[in-house]
Formats: sequence, structure tokens, C-alpha cells
Amino acid sequence: MDQFLSTFFNIDIMVAILPAMGIGLLKTLFLSAIVFPCSFVFGLLISAAGMARSRPVAFAVRAYIDFFRSFPPLVLLILIYYAAPFLGVQLDPLLAAFVALTLNASSYYAEVQRSGIESVEIGQAEAARSTGLGAVDTYLWVVLPQALRNVMSPLIGNTIELVKLTAIASVVSYSELLKVAKEMQSLLFSPTPLVTAALIYFVVLWPFVRWLSRFERQLMERD
Amino acid sequence: MDDIVRYFLNVEIAYATLPDLLRGFGVTVRMAVLAVILGIFGGLVIATLRAYRIPVLDQLLVVFMDFFRAVPSLVVLVMVYFGTPYIGLLLSGETATILGLALVLSAYAAEIFWTGIKTVPLGQWEAGLSTGLRFTEVLAIIVMPRAVRMGIPVLTNRTIAVAKGTAYGAIISAEEILSVSLSAQQTYANPTPLVLGALLYLLVFIPLVQASRWIERTYSIRH
Repeated sequence: MDQFLSTFFNIDIMVAILPAMGIGLLKTLFLSAIVFPCSFVFGLLISAAGMARSRPVAFAVRAYIDFFRSFPPLVLLILIYYAAPFLGVQLDPLLAAFVALTLNASSYYAEVQRSGIESVEIGQAEAARSTGLGAVDTYLWVVLPQALRNVMSPLIGNTIELVKLTAIASVVSYSELLKVAKEMQSLLFSPTPLVTAALIYFVVLWPFVRWLSRFERQLMERD
Repeated sequence: MDDIVRYFLNVEIAYATLPDLLRGFGVTVRMAVLAVILGIFGGLVIATLRAYRIPVLDQLLVVFMDFFRAVPSLVVLVMVYFGTPYIGLLLSGETATILGLALVLSAYAAEIFWTGIKTVPLGQWEAGLSTGLRFTEVLAIIVMPRAVRMGIPVLTNRTIAVAKGTAYGAIISAEEILSVSLSAQQTYANPTPLVLGALLYLLVFIPLVQASRWIERTYSIRH
């Protein structure tokens, strides 16, 4: 047991690597913080376009959403990172990760936002329009707030997944949490850094996972 | 344009790498199928155990479920693959991927089934017990089928996400699609294998994503 603890939960190693892991965590959070607003807004634009009456536009929106929901994010990232040089562009790891994650997350957000918009009764928009509100104002101030409220729990779920997904940036050597942990693991020949990284993710995301569980259960019970 | 074709869809290279890619495809499918079966089965077992509310075990299961939903799959896989040798267990990349993904899916599936169990109205339990059925029988015959049915739409999406996670196997040397196409890309200094690999993923996941949308609509109880 002692042997097990000193291998996987070595306190000395944990303390020694904490500063480096802290910087890794900051980079994880930074990447999440730039991907979240961009993909959320991008998703909104796509789901708004999906409401268009034009069939080709609606089809293109469907295709975009299904395409990027089908593409494993790691494959997308590697394709972007390793194929771009053949087009004469050398992408920075952070930029490549940002692009791949934004494409992926925006398609998930768009799908959820779309179902949220569909859940708002048409009468709401009609009522707003009849009072003289324009189409854009109706969408922004009447439909969208209700739509987002109706799909709050999948939106929270998607955001948690987004933060977790930033771990793939380690593969193109963006030095976020997992990358730092792997370097430390091979440097110190100990699995403790990997365990530490997992614990850090757990501590950061646990409150949100708990919150989401409780929130979802309340929704189900209300039905 | 010629350059783009020569680089990204080089027929000779495509032809040369196709057999390896198809072998990788087989590995991907095998890993996905096994991880999904093990994961869903694990989730059923955990949710069932939780219904008995056994002290200590119940709390441990909650921590298990929360941990594997809060920690990124890639981190779990890296931990399983690089951590197990320290306890004298040498897992192949393929086994580690299956095991890691099954752990993650079982946590999500348990949460989904458990939410289902919790939301079956108390009256159904009471009705079952009053007819003389025992607790286990009520759980197995009345409650579980409802809980599973309720969870199907969410579970489908989660299962697809976990199956996409087989691509993480490439990081821990499972010889699946991504890893084969990455090494072929290096051999030929040409991204065609990566493009082909991506197409293989799309071939599998676009139908699955569309099927999930259909399942969501069919099983949705709210609309």
C-alpha cells in the first residue's frame, strides 16, 4: 500500500511540480476562455441561419453541424496542424487548437441552440411582431432568451465538455495541463504528475458536474 | 489546384496506404464496439448497485461517476496506459483505450440510468411492492426498463462521443485509423493518408450522428 501511494500519490513530487502544473492549468483555462465565446456566438449565427426559409441555406447548416459533430476533434486538430504546412501556412499550436476546438464546439452549440429555438412557441414571435417589433429584435429579445433558458442544461454540459476537450491541444505540443503532466511523468519517471493532472481537472470541474446533475434531475422531476 | 490534388488526394499514395488504413479501421471499430458494450454494461451495474443505497459503496460510486465525468477521456487513457506499468501491468495501447473509454462511458451511462431510476414516480415502486414483488424484482421488471428507455436519447449521443474517443488511442500507440494515417503521412511526407483517415471517420460517424438525431426524435418524451 505504501509502495502504491508513494508511486501514484507521491506528495513530494506533487509539491515540486505544482508551480509548473499551475501554469499548465492557466493555459488550459486560457484556451477554454477564448474558444467558449467564439464558438458560442458562431453557433448562434449558424443556428440563426438555420431558421432561414431558403432550402440550400438550411441544408448547408445541417451539413455543417453534422459534419463537425461527426469528426473526432483530435483528428480535426491533427489534420489542421499537419496539413496546413502543405498549403504554405505554418500554424502555431495554440491557433490550430483554437480553430479545431471552435469548429467542433460551434457545431455542438448550434445543434443545441437550434433545438432551443424550435422549443419556443411560434405564438411568442408572432405576438412580438404584432406589437411592431422588428424581426431581429424579436429574435434577440423575445425568442433567444427563452430558447437559451430551455436548453440550459445541454449548454452547460457542452461547455464542460469543451474545457475537457482542450486536453487534445497537448498532442500538438501546446503546453496545457496534460502536456506539462506528461513531460513531468517522463522526466521524473513517476505516474504522480498524471494523477495530479487528473485531480486538478477533477477539482476544477467537479462543482460544475455536480451542479449539472442536480439541475438535470430537477428538470426531469418537473416534467 | 494541381498542387492541392497532388498533396491532399494523391492517388498513388492513397492506393499504397489503403490496406494499412483498412486494418486501422478494423481496430477502431473493434475498440469502439468493446468499449461501448463494456461501458453500458458497467453503467447498468453501477446504477443498479446505487438503487440499493449500500452505505460507503454508494458514496464511492458517486465519486467514481463524478471523477470520470470531470476528467478528460484523453487524460484517463494516458493515465491507464502510462500508469498501469508502475503496478506491473503492461497493457497494450488497444486494451488501455478500450478500458479507459469503458470507464468513462460507464460513468456517464450510470448517471443517465440513475437519473432515470430517480424519476420513476414513487407510486410505481409502491404499486409493484404491494403486489408482493420484492425490491429487486420491482427494480428489474418495472423501474429499470423505464429508466433505460428514458435515457436512450442522451445515452446515444454520449455513446457516439465515446466511440469518437477511440481516436485518442493514437496517442497511446493503439494502431487505429489516426495512428496509421499519421505514420503514413510521415513516411510519404504527404497529408493524403490523413485526409483518407478523416474520410473513414466521417463514413462511420455521419450515419451514426444522423441516426442519433432520429432516435432523439423518436424517443423524446417531451414532445
